[in-house]
Amino acid sequence: MSEPALSRGERLALASARVPFGVKTGLVWVGVFVALGLLFFLARFDNAWILDNVGYIAGGLQFTLFIALGGIVLAVLLATLGALARLSANPVAYGVAGFYVSFFRGTPLIVQMFLLYLALPQIRTNLVDRYPGIPAELTDPLLLTATAAGTIALGLNYGAYMTEIFRAGIQSVAAGQGEAADALGMTYLQKMRKVILPQAMRVIIPPTGNEFIAMMKDTALVSFLGVSVFTAEMFRRSQLVGKADFKNLEAYVVVAGLYWALTVVFTFFQARLERRLASGYVRVPTAVGRTRGGAGV
Amino acid sequence: MRVGDVTGNDVLVRVEGLHKRFGRLEVLRGVDMALHQGEVVVIFGRSGSGKSTLLRCVNFLEDPTEGTVEVAGYRLGGGHRTRRKREQIRRLRLHVGMVFQQFNLFPQLTALDNVMCGPMCLPGAEDKDVRRRALGLLDRVGLADKADEHPIRLSGGQQQRVAIARALAMQPEVMLFDEPTSALDPELTGEVLAVMKSLATEMHMPMLVVTHEMGFAREVADRMVFFHEGVILEEGPPQQVFGATRHPETRTFLDAVL
Repeated sequence: MSEPALSRGERLALASARVPFGVKTGLVWVGVFVALGLLFFLARFDNAWILDNVGYIAGGLQFTLFIALGGIVLAVLLATLGALARLSANPVAYGVAGFYVSFFRGTPLIVQMFLLYLALPQIRTNLVDRYPGIPAELTDPLLLTATAAGTIALGLNYGAYMTEIFRAGIQSVAAGQGEAADALGMTYLQKMRKVILPQAMRVIIPPTGNEFIAMMKDTALVSFLGVSVFTAEMFRRSQLVGKADFKNLEAYVVVAGLYWALTVVFTFFQARLERRLASGYVRVPTAVGRTRGGAGV
Repeated sequence: MRVGDVTGNDVLVRVEGLHKRFGRLEVLRGVDMALHQGEVVVIFGRSGSGKSTLLRCVNFLEDPTEGTVEVAGYRLGGGHRTRRKREQIRRLRLHVGMVFQQFNLFPQLTALDNVMCGPMCLPGAEDKDVRRRALGLLDRVGLADKADEHPIRLSGGQQQRVAIARALAMQPEVMLFDEPTSALDPELTGEVLAVMKSLATEMHMPMLVVTHEMGFAREVADRMVFFHEGVILEEGPPQQVFGATRHPETRTFLDAVL
């Protein structure tokens, strides 16, 4: 006997099930871009202006990356020290690290930036008024450029969050590892450097990558400190040219695209690094394939 | 403090009046014991009887609550670890090799690097010399061909043999084995026990071995020590312990494991 006739809806569902999930997802992305493009076209999106100005805005990339790299290096240093202090029996180290984490997680990043950029110079002025004998070498470091203040604030702020990440990573290393290092007569520093931290890295790297990507985007906040035009990072540049030509849509779409591209690139490298760190933990090195949920047969 | 040369009376490890409390639980309740030059002592007893804790007190992975441990001329007790005491403990440990039940190899390092990392931490270590010695030790435990493998690619028995080589690389005066075969599949215990036996019979390495391997004890031990509820209930040469135990507790335990 012939099969019972399928309804139109059923036939459609069966046909759809034969299309791979990835292809469908790709089509959705294309659809989103087409819709946005149409919207921009209707809103008289000025492509010529973009071609004229994209170079200038992208020229801020070096400063964005410089701020982000400086910030992450400072943050990693602070987080390592902070985590070791949070795990130490020394009350001074533990207390100072506790204050640091609590304050910098408990206040907004933008407030911390202004504290460093505008509040520190006031401390300097008042101190110099009161104690004219203070050598200038001691007080001058309190005068920070906007970029330096922003970078340090980013490092301090992210370092506080990452202290907790690093602490958890160190604690995740099995107790037997530390005991084995102790039994070999290693000093505390040798144990940390050769045994504990390399293993903690596996746990620490993925969330640290996320923090770095988040920090790259938060470099935009530095523009609120009024960075000079010559060292302006991407967001500041887009503001400058966008306001000047009244092309805010174009300027911010360009700068959003640049930040987005950056995070995509870094996410790619982060995934590679994670795979490399897995050596020593997988029996057979496998090609890491992505699994997609709900994929049809 | 360093109390002179204890090898004069050929005692390598001396434990005196050792008590260990974890909170309200008293795991060791007054243990006195000595390990002599070239001697293999097997410590056995029920789980929770304090035998592992004793071993861990010998190299200060646990601090004694009372009593002292004397190894290689260092005689130390419990109490707060000052900076000076931490350094004394570290120096004491340089003379003591330890092998753990769970191997505790460093997973991020190859077998060879595991064996090398201890000696490379010593001042003045030369990579070339340490490497040569480490390869020799891996050869000795039958794993020269696995030098470049990471621990996860090795079987449990192979991992434990690497762990033995790692401990030997520090050229210890005494070796501690904390249930070295308990985490192994039965067919893998033999290769580890064979390495331990050759250490005892060929290198005359003094060893304190916590184990339930009574065959190994009968064959290799010079002395057996039975732990029961935190004290040494009985000790003697294997033939005495196996043949004519004085205590019914020992008899009951031996009947259960043999």
